Amino acid sequence: MHPQGLEIVTVALDTAGAEAVRPWIEAANPDHPSLIDQAHLLDELLGVVNVPNGVWIDEQGMIVRPPEPAYPRRPTSFRRLDSARQDLVEGELSPQQRRAREVRGEVRKIRIEPEAYIAALRDWVANGAASRYTLAPDEVMRRSHARPPEVAEAAASFELGQYLHREGHADAAIPWFRAAHRLQPDNWTYKRQAWTLVDQEQGPNDVYDGDWLSDVRTIGAENYYPPLDL
Amino acid sequence: MILKTLVVDAQELERRTGWVIKPEGACKGEVCVPLPTMTGTAQVDARVLAERLRMPLLHDEVHDVWCLGPEAGGHTLSSAVLPDIVLPDLEGNPFALRELRGQKVLLVAWASW
Repeated sequence: MHPQGLEIVTVALDTAGAEAVRPWIEAANPDHPSLIDQAHLLDELLGVVNVPNGVWIDEQGMIVRPPEPAYPRRPTSFRRLDSARQDLVEGELSPQQRRAREVRGEVRKIRIEPEAYIAALRDWVANGAASRYTLAPDEVMRRSHARPPEVAEAAASFELGQYLHREGHADAAIPWFRAAHRLQPDNWTYKRQAWTLVDQEQGPNDVYDGDWLSDVRTIGAENYYPPLDL
Repeated sequence: MILKTLVVDAQELERRTGWVIKPEGACKGEVCVPLPTMTGTAQVDARVLAERLRMPLLHDEVHDVWCLGPEAGGHTLSSAVLPDIVLPDLEGNPFALRELRGQKVLLVAWASW
């Protein structure tokens, strides 16, 4: 949609910074701005709580849709993985393989709506302010994440934790990350980021109370993203 | 915002939070909150901001570092105007989203994890 006037900007929320995201960005070799947000500023400033999330910004710099789930297409990688391992019977799986299979089972239940999202995006690019998907400023603000005191404190806790982690004080960061998780449990970027720093697979660990599989099962995988409200 | 002392630089406050220190107080959009005992507009006490703007102020005692969080209440977006966000690219070059004025922009947040 670039010829029609749409610019894409990707922002990686990664406390580990450029080296964590370099393989992905170099493989994608994008011709649009590709930025890195070590401090998760987009959580605090825009209300992002999960990825991928999209924000629409018009030509005047006005947000016309606040953060919402933004899958560009249906992922195929998990289906390929299942196919490759279909000859493995349950008893032959290692605990890691068994857990990975359970994670894939939950991922398949996650509701994603790429067709509807891309159709809406095309409509906005074609019609601008006249698009039915363009929201008025009051509605943009109303739909952005609520910020009661505990959510504001979660943002400060997470920022302090990631600052200490980046300064080389990984152990000191943990209580602040735990506080952020407790204060804003629906913020998956706070949780998944911190879990990744102790276990790339975001599995059970002795540092944090939660892990991806357990937390997703607690809320129900179908509630991992809110339904699109187009 | 991360603080080494409880003195907040007004320019940094504006850049990071959108709150502007003026003679009449701390202002964001159409809202101005009076601040007590102001002697200038270049620096302000983090404890005053925390109290008047309902911002959390956290302290890590071991490393003696503070964090002043965003104001509580309402919603994350208190305006539909895109905040002035500047972030680095892979090579560390800063990029300001305001440079994209005049185009429609799809901002996509993602992560490697």
